[in-house]
This record gives sequence, C-alpha cells and structure tokens, in this order.
Amino acid sequence: MSHSDLSKSVNELIESHGVPRREVYLDHENSGMVFPEALEAMVGAYKSSGRGHPSISHLIGWVSYQSLYEATERVASAINCSPEELVYTHSGSEANNLAIMGSIGVSPNRKKIVVSSIEHLSVMFPVEKFRKYGYKVVKIPVNEEGFIDLDILSRNVDGETLMVSVASVNHEIGTIQDMKAIVDIVRDKDEGILIHTDACDALGKVPLDMKKLDVDLASFSSHKVYGPKGVGVLYVKDGVKLEPILYGQVSTQKLWPGVENVPAIIGFSKAVDMMYTNFSEFTSRMANLRDRLISGVLSNVEHTLLNGPRGNLRAPDNVNISFLYCEGEALTVELSMNGIYVSSGSACTSRILEPSHILLAIGRRYEEAHGSLLMKTSPFHTVDDIEYVLEVLPKAVGRIRSLSPIRHHMR
Amino acid sequence: MSSRVPLTYGRKVIELFRNPKNLGKIEDADAEALAGSLACGDMIAIYLKVDEGNGLITDAKFESYGCAANIAAASILTEMIKGKTLQEAWGISWRDISNELGGLPPVKYHCGVLAVGALRRAIRAYYEKRPKPEWLPKEQTQEEKHALEEEMLMEILANKMRSERHQSSTAQANDIERNE
Repeated sequence: MSHSDLSKSVNELIESHGVPRREVYLDHENSGMVFPEALEAMVGAYKSSGRGHPSISHLIGWVSYQSLYEATERVASAINCSPEELVYTHSGSEANNLAIMGSIGVSPNRKKIVVSSIEHLSVMFPVEKFRKYGYKVVKIPVNEEGFIDLDILSRNVDGETLMVSVASVNHEIGTIQDMKAIVDIVRDKDEGILIHTDACDALGKVPLDMKKLDVDLASFSSHKVYGPKGVGVLYVKDGVKLEPILYGQVSTQKLWPGVENVPAIIGFSKAVDMMYTNFSEFTSRMANLRDRLISGVLSNVEHTLLNGPRGNLRAPDNVNISFLYCEGEALTVELSMNGIYVSSGSACTSRILEPSHILLAIGRRYEEAHGSLLMKTSPFHTVDDIEYVLEVLPKAVGRIRSLSPIRHHMR
Repeated sequence: MSSRVPLTYGRKVIELFRNPKNLGKIEDADAEALAGSLACGDMIAIYLKVDEGNGLITDAKFESYGCAANIAAASILTEMIKGKTLQEAWGISWRDISNELGGLPPVKYHCGVLAVGALRRAIRAYYEKRPKPEWLPKEQTQEEKHALEEEMLMEILANKMRSERHQSSTAQANDIERNE
C-alpha cells in the first residue's frame, strides 16, 4: 500500500472512529504530551534565541550557541555530569545505536557483547548486527519481575567483553535494575569493559546522578520526559572513546554531524528541568495513579496478571497488565473508541509474528503476551482520569471476551 | 527491514467491530469448526445450520479471538454465506472477504485466510458422516493449510525459544568450566 493510499484510508478511519466524549491518553511509552512550559520555551527559541546555527560566526549563530550551551548545562546539572559529556542525537534509538555501534572500532580485540534479554529494540538490533560480524552476543536472562540474573551476568563478563548494556528502567514492565550491583560486578571483572545503560525511561522518573552511577555511556530521550520528539542524548563519560557512526559537516559536537535541533533541545532541557524541579511531587503523583490503576484493574477484572514488579522497584509511571482470553489489539481499538489510548504487547500490534520479547523473557506465555496492555501515568493525569479508565476498561475487556470462542472454556 | 505504518481499517471493519453481525454459537449446529490458536493470538470459530435437502446454509454464526480485522472478517463471511449452498460457500476466497470489507491492510490478509480456513473446515466437518460431493477437494486447500500452519507455528516458535534459552545456559556452562 502506498503512503497516499494509506493516508486516504487513515482519513476514512479517523472519520468513522469519531471524536470520543472524553479522552485519557496513557500511551506515553510511544510519545505524547509536551509540558506547556517546554512548548513556550521552544516557540521563543524558534522565533529568536535558537533560530540560527550554533557553529556559525555571526550574531545569530553566537546567540544560538549560547542558548544551546545553557540548555545543555541545565540537563547536565539535573543528572550531575558535565555539559561536555552530552552528545545530542535526534532520538533515544539513535543514542543507543551510537553507544553500541560507535564502540566497535575502539577495542578491536574485544569480541563479546553482553545485554539483558529485555533491552529495547534499538539495543537489540544493533547488537544482532554485531553478531553477523563475528561478535559473540550473550543475552542475560531476567527473573519473572524482569530483574537481571547477576550470577549469570558475572559468569559471562570477561576480558573479551567489549560492552555490557542494561537498561536502568525497563520501558515495558518498569523494572528498576540494581545498576550499582551491575556496575560493581562488571568493573570487578575487567576495568576495560564499557558499561552502557539505556536510561530513556529512567530520566525524570528516578533520581539520576551520573557520577554515582559510574557508567560509561547512557542514553536519554526527550519525548519520554514530556519534551518534544526529535531529541536524544548520549552521555559519554569524560575519557571514553567512541567513533561517530554518521559522517558529514560537524557542528559543536564531534560525535554527531549536522545542525543541532536547538529549539527542540531548549524544549527538552525545560522538560528535564520541570521533571527534576518537581521530582517528588510528580513521581509520587504518578506512582499513586499507577497503584490506583493497577489495583483497580486487578480487583475488578478477572483473569488478569501484573507484568513487572510492584512497589518501589517499579517505575512510577508504569502499568502493564495481561488480560487473559482477550486479544490486545482488539482491546486497544475498543478503548480508543472510548477515548482511552494505550498500547499492547500483542503480536498484532507489533506487526511481526512474535509478541513482546520482554513479556516472553519474564516467562509469560504467548497468549498472556497477546492480551497485554501498557499504560503510563504522567504528571498531567488526575484521579478522575484513572477513575474513567477503571469505569471503561472492565466493560471493554468484557465485550472483547464476549466475542471469543474461548469464553466457553474460561474458568 | 520494512517500515512500520499504522494499521488502517475501513468503515466496514469498524462498523462490524462495533456491532458484529451473526456473533455467537449455534448450539445445535449441523457443522462447526475452529481454526487458529490462542497462542497465535488469532482464532475463529464458525457454526453452520444446513438444509439437508438442498445443501443451503440457513444460518451461520461466528466467534473470534483476534484483532478488529479478524472479528470483521469472520462476521462478514457469515453474512456472505447465508442462503448460499455449501459448494458456493466453499468457493469464497480471502480476497472476496477483503473486497467485501472494502480492503484489508496487507498485514491483515491472514485474517481473511483464517476465516476461509475455518469455514472450509466446517464444511468438511459437515461431510464427515455424509457422502462427499465431487466438488469437495480431497486434498487440503491453501487456506486450510494456512490454519494448520498457524497452529503449528507456535510449536516452531516455542522450539526456537527453547533453543535460545539453551544457548544462554550453555554459554554459562562454558564459563563455569573455564573458571574451574
């Protein structure tokens, strides 16, 4: 189907879908709201302070350089690193790719990469590419809550290991890893191993101090902190060597060519600032809404399973529940018609044959993964929003289940 | 690697997803069949009432575990076969279903195929204890094979996972050996 045909049918779909009476957007995993304060900062930047190219020598360039640097300083101070240690890309996926593919030429004798079995696809796919070039890739299993098996990790890192990459917070099931333990194990084995963490879901959701965390590389993404899409960041610890993976005219940073998206970076830094200035208020609100949603669903809908851990070791915004005997994609469409926007780990939604590799890695069966919903609370949500979801969701699940031949066999 | 675009459903699919026609089970069905599997995330049941004398389908119902396209495909198929002979119903293809729905997105063609597979299984079931007509192919058709493949796919994927797990535990075992 061409994009023009697709666009016609999407238009028709939007029309027949109609505008729901009430809307609650819970798909912050995929993207979503931007802080109004960040938007305002961006409008200002597009109009004046960030309209130029930050590496050009005239007034507009100097002003752009200055606004870019100040934005970077704000981000650096929020996570306790130096502005020089941050490299902008245009997405978290790009930052993960730079971290992994950028290290390939640096230590040619190290031919082993160790990752957890629940990494984001922007870690998994580059790593799989390495495998084709003769690298050994080890995926460390996780337990039923998504915590990496430290014993197996310890047995698999050695002097041949180029890199260990583990996400601080899992994007699908919210598991907050014990990064300190992971870093200690790896450093203890061999000081030369690069440690990368995909911290896209950690930024703004858990306290981050790069000095204490002591990793070599960390990826961040603007839209995950309610900033604009189109900004990713790779933290590269002072002294860590990487090679660029894209080539062209460089601007202020040597690891990523092309002009920096200055206005969006300014919006991103405002969003980071918002998250950490209001950290305890926002995270406790998100966690309260998360717990309300989890307990409301588990107690009101039969045949449900929570995916990921409970309590303090779960990201404050993450809700991931499997609805057995209920296909996830049908459920997302049903909820969409009721103005509730979520995503699913079903194979149908991903358009590949297999459901979420993360749910399979924590031991969920295929049918449990197909019926999973991922919802993320945010600082923008209210108790009323969650109550609306709790009113609609049981009915939606009930209707989808009532269509199914399996209902005759539900116990 | 292919690109990823949003799934689109036509008006008809959305309409049938909202208000499916012929939903449910026929308790005293003359023939019924199930195709697909829970693990595959894709399952369709077809129930038929057939006039023994003239071979006309007098009633048809469906149940579906699957996405919106899956539900719509099964529902429209039951609409299409009511009042038709079993032979006419046998001749319906997944493309006919897709056309009737105003076009399915390519990644959802298999929903139409699974619906046809379920119907053909039900028609075969009808003739299980009756003399088989000449038009009924002895060999399984593509659509019936597709249903089988979907069911077997789970076995293949499960084996693949088992072998991946095996690999990570062997890596571990090798390391233990080296340490010792």
